Amino acid sequence: MKARVLIRPKAGILDPQGIAVERALPALGFSGVSEVHVGRLVELEVEDETQLEDMCRKLLANPLIEDYEILVGS
Amino acid sequence: MSEPTVEDAIALGLTADEYALVCEKLGRAPVQVELAMFSLMWSEHCSYKHSKKLLGTLPTEGEAVFMGPGENAGAVRVSGDLVCAFKVESHNHPSAVEPFQGAATGVGGILRDIFALGARPVAVLDALRFGEPTSERSRYLLDRAVAGIGHYGNSIGVPTIGGDVYFEGPYETNCLVNAMALGLAREEEMIKSAAVGLGNRLVLFGASTGRDGIGGASVLASAEFGEDDADKRPSVQVGDPFEEKKLLECSLELLARGLLVSLQDCGAAGLTSAASEMASKGEVGLEIDLDVVPLREQGMEPFEIMVSESQERMLCVCEPSRVGEVVAVCQKWEVHGTAIGTVIEERVMRILQHGSVAGEMPVEALVDDCPMYPIFPEKPAAPLYPAPEGTLSVEADLHATLIALLASPNLASRLPLFQQYDWIVQSRTVRRPGDADAAVLALPDGSALAASIDCNGRRVACDPYVGAVEAALECAANLACVGAKPLGTTNNLNFGNPERPEVAWQLTEAVRGLGDACRALEAPIVGGNVSLYNQGVDGPIYPTPVVGMVGALPSAEAAGRMGFAHEGDAIALVGWNKTPSLEGSELAKLRGEPLPDGLPGYDLDHEVRVLDVVREAVRSGAVTSAHDIAEGGLLVAIAECCLAGEIGADMDAISADLGFVLHFGERRGGFVLSGPRDVLAALDVPLDLFGTVGGDVLRVGDPGGPEVSWTLTELRGAHAALAPLFP
Amino acid sequence: MNFGVVQFPGTCDERDAVLACERVEGASAQLLWHGETSLDGIDAVVIPGGFSYGDYLRVGAIARFSPMMESVARFASDGGVVLGICNGFQVLCEAGLLPGALLPNVGLRFVCRQVGVEVVNAETSFTRACEPGQVLSIPVKHTTGRYYAPGVELERMEAHGQIVLRYAHDGNPNGSSNDIAGVSNEAGNVMGLMPHPEHAVDPLTGSVDGLTLFTSMAVARV
Repeated sequence: MKARVLIRPKAGILDPQGIAVERALPALGFSGVSEVHVGRLVELEVEDETQLEDMCRKLLANPLIEDYEILVGS
Repeated sequence: MSEPTVEDAIALGLTADEYALVCEKLGRAPVQVELAMFSLMWSEHCSYKHSKKLLGTLPTEGEAVFMGPGENAGAVRVSGDLVCAFKVESHNHPSAVEPFQGAATGVGGILRDIFALGARPVAVLDALRFGEPTSERSRYLLDRAVAGIGHYGNSIGVPTIGGDVYFEGPYETNCLVNAMALGLAREEEMIKSAAVGLGNRLVLFGASTGRDGIGGASVLASAEFGEDDADKRPSVQVGDPFEEKKLLECSLELLARGLLVSLQDCGAAGLTSAASEMASKGEVGLEIDLDVVPLREQGMEPFEIMVSESQERMLCVCEPSRVGEVVAVCQKWEVHGTAIGTVIEERVMRILQHGSVAGEMPVEALVDDCPMYPIFPEKPAAPLYPAPEGTLSVEADLHATLIALLASPNLASRLPLFQQYDWIVQSRTVRRPGDADAAVLALPDGSALAASIDCNGRRVACDPYVGAVEAALECAANLACVGAKPLGTTNNLNFGNPERPEVAWQLTEAVRGLGDACRALEAPIVGGNVSLYNQGVDGPIYPTPVVGMVGALPSAEAAGRMGFAHEGDAIALVGWNKTPSLEGSELAKLRGEPLPDGLPGYDLDHEVRVLDVVREAVRSGAVTSAHDIAEGGLLVAIAECCLAGEIGADMDAISADLGFVLHFGERRGGFVLSGPRDVLAALDVPLDLFGTVGGDVLRVGDPGGPEVSWTLTELRGAHAALAPLFP
Repeated sequence: MNFGVVQFPGTCDERDAVLACERVEGASAQLLWHGETSLDGIDAVVIPGGFSYGDYLRVGAIARFSPMMESVARFASDGGVVLGICNGFQVLCEAGLLPGALLPNVGLRFVCRQVGVEVVNAETSFTRACEPGQVLSIPVKHTTGRYYAPGVELERMEAHGQIVLRYAHDGNPNGSSNDIAGVSNEAGNVMGLMPHPEHAVDPLTGSVDGLTLFTSMAVARV
């Protein structure tokens, strides 16, 4: 089964990548943009979706600094 | 699959005549994989069909030469049985499309050229040319190219120890990214690329093969760049420095275990070029089975596999009994290792798929039979390039002019760029960027290696012969300032479309200048690269024959520095036997003056004598600092010595009201030295003692005349002008 | 004194670390391949800099699962002295042998420069050859060096003397919490730092201030 894991910087942790993007957008004429955060997307094919949580905690994300969200199916 | 036609051949970059010649060589029309392979091997990039004859005029032999042009890189003897392999290569077109990956894979490619010889890469230098930083696109390209170079070099553990950056309008739509790499090996560790030994196996190792780069570098590099560059984005190769790091360690371990007969990297034109060059050099044939090539995607056509420019791959030849051991070493380093072919007697490239022959071509036809084309040089009757846009009034006084020059893009501190590179890994870097005119690497026996890369394209545009001489002189001057004598040279000829007579003239004159200078400097050219068709929408780039030079000095401890250091040291101007000129200078550019038609020439015997004296003075430890006078002229050089040493200077023998020719006029071959007064006075070269090191101010003015001064803080502020562009 | 220097695929500074260890009087050093497990005859472990496993996914995230790291974790829990430099620091944090994590530099760029590093705690196995408050000149070179730990954890670490090294003279190159350059575990036998002491051991190539850290490790054992 297809699964996707979205990983983003934990709320409250300085996210310089997000800030850089947020600053660049107005320069290109896009206004009204805020709360930009840059994370990662991991796509995977898994047989047992119940393992995803464990995968996230052990390898895919670092819970100290990152939040993750598991999306299963298309 | 339909048979390709002459139209397909033309779309791939061959001419109708060349297609006819391919048919004649094969005795039939080529099938798809054959046509694709011919189109690559007969491209300018692989065949040098417009430049080979000219390149033949360059000096390639000398006492130190260990391996001349023809292999993956050249090599010179450094000390004892230690050999330095080095080469510069361009990745201009890929960088213009995708600067980060283009620059990164440029570094990856040149590093593979070095370890393909059995040498461990020990340093990278880069020559970058971009449009003015006032252009947002140029800033973006430079920023991403620097990040790409850093990404690859830093991640693979090879220090980036130097380089140069120039900003000029004609590079706006066609930037240049040239990377030079140096590697070290013992003589007996070096290996060649010729496939030999009938029945020996051809092993492909490293990354898997995908569709990236198909129609990429080699085709791109052989046609003028159009408006549709975005369409070419999917074919840009993506670099993986981690894969290359494993590939590097794997290659060196394979060699150390004595498992290989020959080794070759897969560069531009992928398996096609790598395998056919190996077969050609070994005077053998190769049979390649595409069914076993590890692929990234299913259903790849034979031509796609053969022309793929997937990065981080190597080819080697080993005895059949060694294949198991070779594959085991590959497994240790977690890279694919697959025997994909066999060395055969019949001198053909035979491509097999699904048990039948997918294509078969004579090796000679592929590698040697590309037609050579004459070029028709003609000096342009009218100026080729518009005058640069002026940014400084001719009314600006001495004080304001020095500040403007130090803050100008071509002269401002490169620290914001260089600090994005790891220049210390491998624990050899004795002189880092900003410490000295050339980078210096310590060697195990206490001696050292020095390297420099340079070329001022605007000066070459003013006078291709003199400009090329200056590029070589500048490198030799940089080496002399750290105490090093040239051993060998590498060059990258970046020019426009050679089929245009004015570009042909630039190319011919520059190669003549390079040849004369390298002969005089006893710095033979042991390898290099040619990048033609560098045309933007407004015409050709400035002709840019980038010169990389490697030299040696007996003691790393004695490597020179550029910064003034000792309060009370005398300052001398040495070397100039003619007055410098403002024509074609950096100041002329800031003032928006048109490029002159021609530059004053050099007496190379005189220049070589001066270089000898400067080098010996540095080596002997007699002088405190040495710095050559280049862009911006004498006062800029003195200011740079003050900034590098964080100490002022009192130039009490330079008048402050003589016009600007002495202050900012340019001419290569001059040096600013500091040291004890009696030592400097005894140097056997044209010399002026004109100042004293000390204080925290740079002051100019002879007794009784007006004086002008700059605080170190003022100079530092101006010199840091690029920092805001890289926050 | 025999140092073991761990080598992962993608490690870059392992030879430099071996050379630095060998500069300590009476010391020897050997490389430890990540796929092996034996630490026989090893008195102290150094996890050097580089880009283990390409730093893909997250810096240090994959290297921690190698067989050698399991041995290193046991070695550390038995009181063995372990130093992580740059990528090695990142690996130790990911492995949970050190508190906190390393985030991308505030400037988002790779930064290579000489920095001043103040010895905050000179009582550790890694700094006992230093003077308290001494400022060492050592280079940094990294993209992901911004040390982070939650506020409560930081306070606890400050109180326990686990903040061993700090960037001095307002020279913090990456925006780390409390100007932190290096931290130890609570027991004090594991330390990680972003600056590269192995690149500050030879006057020819820079400063020699980094050598005191390796010397301290040798002293610690005696």
